[in-house]
Formats: sequence, C-alpha cells, structure tokens
Amino acid sequence: MKYKSQKVAYWFFALSMLLLVLQITYGFIMGFARIGFDNLHDFIPFNTARAVHTNLLVVWLLSGFMGAAYYIIPEEAQKELVSVKLAYVQLISLAIVGVIAVVGYHFNYWEGRKFLEIPRPLDYLVVVNVLLFLGLILTTLFTSKRKTTTALVLSMGLLFAALLYLPGMLPFDSQVTDSFFRWWVVHLWVEGVWELIMGGILSFLLIKLTGVDREVIEKWLYVIVGLTFLSGVLGTGHHYYYIGVNKIWLVVGGIFSALEPLAFLAMALFAVNMYRKGEKKHPNKLALYWTLGSAIVSFVGAGLLGFAHTLPQTNLYTHGTLVTAMHGHLAFWGAYAMIVLAIISYSLPNMTGRKLYESASGRAAFWLSNIGMIGMTVAFGVAGVAQVYLERKFGMEFMAVQKEISIHFVVLILCATMFTTGIVLYIIDFYKHGKPTDEALELNN
Amino acid sequence: MLSKKQARAFFLGGTLVTFLIFIGLTVFSLSKEVDQTNHGNITAEVVRGKEIWESNNCMGCHTILGEGAYYAPELTKVVDRLNQKYDGNGEQVIKSILMSQGPWQPNGRKMVAYGMTEQEASDVVAFFKWIGEIDLNGFGEVVGVDRKISPLAKEKINN
Repeated sequence: MKYKSQKVAYWFFALSMLLLVLQITYGFIMGFARIGFDNLHDFIPFNTARAVHTNLLVVWLLSGFMGAAYYIIPEEAQKELVSVKLAYVQLISLAIVGVIAVVGYHFNYWEGRKFLEIPRPLDYLVVVNVLLFLGLILTTLFTSKRKTTTALVLSMGLLFAALLYLPGMLPFDSQVTDSFFRWWVVHLWVEGVWELIMGGILSFLLIKLTGVDREVIEKWLYVIVGLTFLSGVLGTGHHYYYIGVNKIWLVVGGIFSALEPLAFLAMALFAVNMYRKGEKKHPNKLALYWTLGSAIVSFVGAGLLGFAHTLPQTNLYTHGTLVTAMHGHLAFWGAYAMIVLAIISYSLPNMTGRKLYESASGRAAFWLSNIGMIGMTVAFGVAGVAQVYLERKFGMEFMAVQKEISIHFVVLILCATMFTTGIVLYIIDFYKHGKPTDEALELNN
Repeated sequence: MLSKKQARAFFLGGTLVTFLIFIGLTVFSLSKEVDQTNHGNITAEVVRGKEIWESNNCMGCHTILGEGAYYAPELTKVVDRLNQKYDGNGEQVIKSILMSQGPWQPNGRKMVAYGMTEQEASDVVAFFKWIGEIDLNGFGEVVGVDRKISPLAKEKINN
C-alpha cells in the first residue's frame, strides 16, 4: 500500500463479503424450493428470494468495483484520495440503500423488473451515491498529473455504468419498450461497460503481478476493450429477437453475438501470455490464481456458454428457459466475481501488512468454489436442455417438466454446497488478515 | 506492429461507430412504420395490468416474452393456452387464481395468494391478452397452443 487513503477499499471489500454470503443463502432458499422444500414460502416466496439473490449479486459486485477503484486510483494517480471521509459516507449510504431495498423486497416493495427491482425512490438515492463515488474518483484522477490508461479505462467503465443506469428509470406503458430499454442497462452493463471495469482491474493486476511493461499491457487492454464494444453493443440484439421488435435484430444480434466470445478469448490469451512473458514472480500466488482464473473462466462462462444459445435458431427454443441460468451463473462468476476476489486477494496483504500469500486453505477456496460453480453450471445446463426438449419441442406442460428435471436441482444443491465451502474458506482467510493499518504503509516502502 | 496509439484509435473509433449504428437501429425498430407490438391497442386496463404485474414482481417466478425467473409457467400465450385446456374458460381460471385468498399450488409449487379484486384481475387479463397479440418473430408459436409437435406425434409419445 502506497497511500493511506487506499485503506478505505478494505471496508468496501468487507461489505462485498457480507453481501456475498447473503446472496448465497437466498440461492439455497431457491434451490430447495425447486425440489419441493419451500417451507419459507409464507415469509420468503420465490420471487422475493430471486430478487434478493440477483440484486445482492449486483450490489456486492459494485461494492467490490468501488473498493477496487479506491485502491487502484490513488496508486495509479500517485496521490491520496481527495476525501476519505466522503468515501466512508458513500460506503455507509450504499449499505443503507442496499439494506432498505432487500428488506423492502420481503414486503412487496419493489418495481418487479428483472435485475432492476429497486423501487423508484431508492433509484434516486443510488444515483446520488454513485455520483458521490464518481466525484471522488474522477477528482482524484484529474487533479493528478499522472493519468494512466489503466486508470482511465477503469474510470470510463465506472462513469458509463452510472450513465447507463438512467434508461432503466424511464417509465413506459408498453412491456416491449420497457424490456427494450431495460436491456440497455442490464446488457450494456454486463457485456459492455462492466468489461471496461474488469479490463482495468485485470490490467492493474497483471502489471503488478507479472512485471510486464505497462505500455505493452495497456496497449492490449485497448484492443480488448475495443473488441468488447465492437461486438457487445450490437450484440444487445440477442435480447431483442423475441420480445416484439423488428426482425432486423435477428441478423444484427446473431452476427455480433457470435463475435462476443472473441473479446473474452482475447482477454484470456492476453492474461495467460502476460503471465508467461513476465519475469517478475510476485509471491502473491493466490492473487495470480484468481486473476488468471477470472480471464479463463469468463471466456468459458460468458464467451462460449453465451454463444451456445445466442444464435437466433437456438435461442428460439432456449429463450426463457434454465439454459439462461446456466450461462448466467458461470459468466458472472468468471468475469466479475472472480476479478473482485482477485483484487481483494492482491490488495488485502498490502493493506493489512499480513503477507498471507500462500496457504492450503486459500488454494482450497479457489478450487472448491470453481469446481462447485462448474458443477452448478452443468446441473443448470442439463436441466435447461431437458426443459427445452420436453416443454418446447414435445409440448409437455411446464410443471410436468419441472417434476422431471427436479433431480438436477439436487445435484445443483450438492455442487452449491461445495462452492459455498470454498467461499467460506475465502472469507476465513479474509478475516485472518485482520484490519488495514497505517503500519502497512511503512512495511511496503 | 500495432502501436498503443493505433490500439486506442481502434477502441474509440469502433465504440463510436457501433454505438451510432445501435442508436440508429433503435430508432428504426421503435418507429411506427415497423411496429409489431400493436401499440395502438394498449388500453387503460392494459396499463393498469402492467402496473399490477410489476408491483407484485410476477416476473420473479414467471416469464413473459421469455423474460423472468423460470420457476413458474411462461405467460405470453396464457389466455389461449388455458382457453384450450378449460374449454374457453381461460380468462375465468386466471381471474380465480389471482383473486384466490389461499395459495394456488399446482403440482405442489406454491404461488403467492394475491387476493385481487375483480377489477384488478380483469386488468391483468387485459394485459395478458395484449401481450398474446404481439408478433414475436415465431416465439409465440413455440410457447403457444400449437407447439412444434403434431397431436399425432404426442399420442405416440404418450403410448
């Protein structure tokens, strides 16, 4: 750690860990409901559990991205954050908005739009919160003489993510238009600007961990984020095939979605090549595991499994089935969850001064969570494909099919247990590091 | 060999061009000339039905236009489907589910008991009927009454 203000990142990461545990808990509630154990239905019906599960995902990832920015920007700009106090205000207000939203979901207080369930009054608070965050980050960056590509790409991703939240707040009478612009937020976040954030964090980590020249890494960063936007923006079309808009999206979405895996492939090759090129062997092996893991798993989860159902001919049958859940789980895990866990693994020893770089539990956390998540993805995939054939091809009734495929949710719960064990080990390691301290500053310098 | 400057130009140029095309396609596909959503048929009832649909987060279990949570049936063609199943009484069946004071639980999977009023239930049905009339580029047939399999083949499967 080079600047005292970087310590604020720790608390954003701690909030992320707490929300991740809650997210997993609600995932289990849904998993059990699917195999018939919905004893909590009166208090936490499925739609509540689902809204909490997906919204907590978004909030813990955003909290992780914000923590990453608070750690990375001072180091890249080579100056302290402009106001640490305001960063804490932003953290606390983020947590309060999150808690109100999650509690509200248990009392039918929501907007009922997939991924954007947060009710309108809270939307405004989110906007204020994000503006404060951006103000702090951008002021720190632009009052510095040093503006690196890594910092600019990361900040650009965060700024666009904030701007793209706005179309989701527009009111529409038509379900079609509503859905159309909802994807401006959801798709252009996860298959667009969030990848800028991921790319920025990945670039920072590769510079630190491999010792490869910054100019080389940042040049390829531009190519990768360029490929991401080139394919991802028009790739939004794959959400418009069958929601009631013109057929032109079948062509545009089909072609550009097919190109989307290329951006992820480039990212995976980039990370692996930089690691091979690197002469510096950083002792923080766990951070390296998570960094390379993120680049590779995101290619499989977001790139390959996304492509598996974005061709219009395939999507006609898979649209609105568990096949989407298969892709969603591994994509979010690889691209975003793992990169947040990577930056935490890298920065935690630097902020706390405890160099727990290598441990059996740390390695077990990595492998158990990854193998568990791959198992869950396979379970969703098998259930999804079976659903497509039975329901969409053979015309069986929805619930009859759900009975047929419920066994796959038993497998899902078993794999989720393995995944959770990995996450628990990760959080124990997080706790073992202790709290951030100014003494860590001296240790590094 | 590619320079950093060229790489940046590729990123900024590519992003700008694709975003402009995206905006152009958005304007085109939402224009009246190519509208296939029967936007003109949106009544006050349909709008109220959509509000009820959202305020109860129905999408948190069901799917509509293929979007939702995959825990409960796809509702895009629900009126047609239940009309076929219940001899033309589909609308009445939907209303009684929405107005029920106890949880509806087909095959053991529970739905929240919303206990709606007659008017509210009618609004939701109006919303479903409007959704059912949208031209979905073929998806309506996949989730509708006439699935991709003939009744003859169904008999063979059942035997």
